[in-house]
Amino acid sequence: MPATDEDHADAVFHALGNRTRRDILRRVLSEEFSVSTLAAEYDMSFAAVQKHVAVLERAGLVVKRRHGREQMARGDVDTIRSVVAMLAELEVIWRGRVARVDQLLLEQ
Amino acid sequence: MPVTNVIHDIDQLTLTITAEFAAPVERVWQVYADPRQLERVWGPPTYPATVVDHDLSPGGRMTYFMTSPEGEKFAGMWRVTAVDEPTSFSFEDVFTDTDFNVNEEMPMSVNTFTFEDLGGRTRSTYVGTYASPEALQQVLDMGVVEGATSAINQIDDLLAA
Repeated sequence: MPATDEDHADAVFHALGNRTRRDILRRVLSEEFSVSTLAAEYDMSFAAVQKHVAVLERAGLVVKRRHGREQMARGDVDTIRSVVAMLAELEVIWRGRVARVDQLLLEQ
Repeated sequence: MPVTNVIHDIDQLTLTITAEFAAPVERVWQVYADPRQLERVWGPPTYPATVVDHDLSPGGRMTYFMTSPEGEKFAGMWRVTAVDEPTSFSFEDVFTDTDFNVNEEMPMSVNTFTFEDLGGRTRSTYVGTYASPEALQQVLDMGVVEGATSAINQIDDLLAA
């Protein structure tokens, strides 16, 4: 398997492993948002939100374009339906299961 | 974090997760052999799992459903293909209706769980192979992961619109 697939999977997993980024992704899947509009939705700085969008963009989950002075972001449907992204999402599920097994074993 | 390794095999549609637990192999085996323990680990707290039938022997089956926050039930079944207690078992994970009738047209995954003794600790390896990209999509559409899956569902709604 090419290393690039693994790297892409890592990037997608990293991007989806954060609640704020999942929330941003949800919003930009339904419609295009400017980064400044997104920033107003969260209790964090514009720079912090911009950084989250950049992580999503590096993972290929979000595409950005310029519109005047604004940066517009929207979800990339093709990437999200790709096998790479789905395996990364499945990894999130499996990590949850492993964490619950670990917790159960620690109880006794 | 008990997860020690993750391998994504894009070509084979296989996810391999390796984890180490601070418990002996026999104890880890019990998590899967005991339906009450299994249901605590299979579904996330937001989609709790309920195990109905449980027979962890070759040819046996484990039926379960997971309940969404809205009360919607997603049902599935393990068809157990091989058991080597306490070191490994294999099963097909298939989707069913809520009466546990298997829809043979629905995609499935083939899974092998292996438990290896590390001197009182256990290395668990979970290997899941999905029949097709659609099978992967189906698993995620079951709503078993909070957040990211809602995003996937939204895409489906968008495409259907």
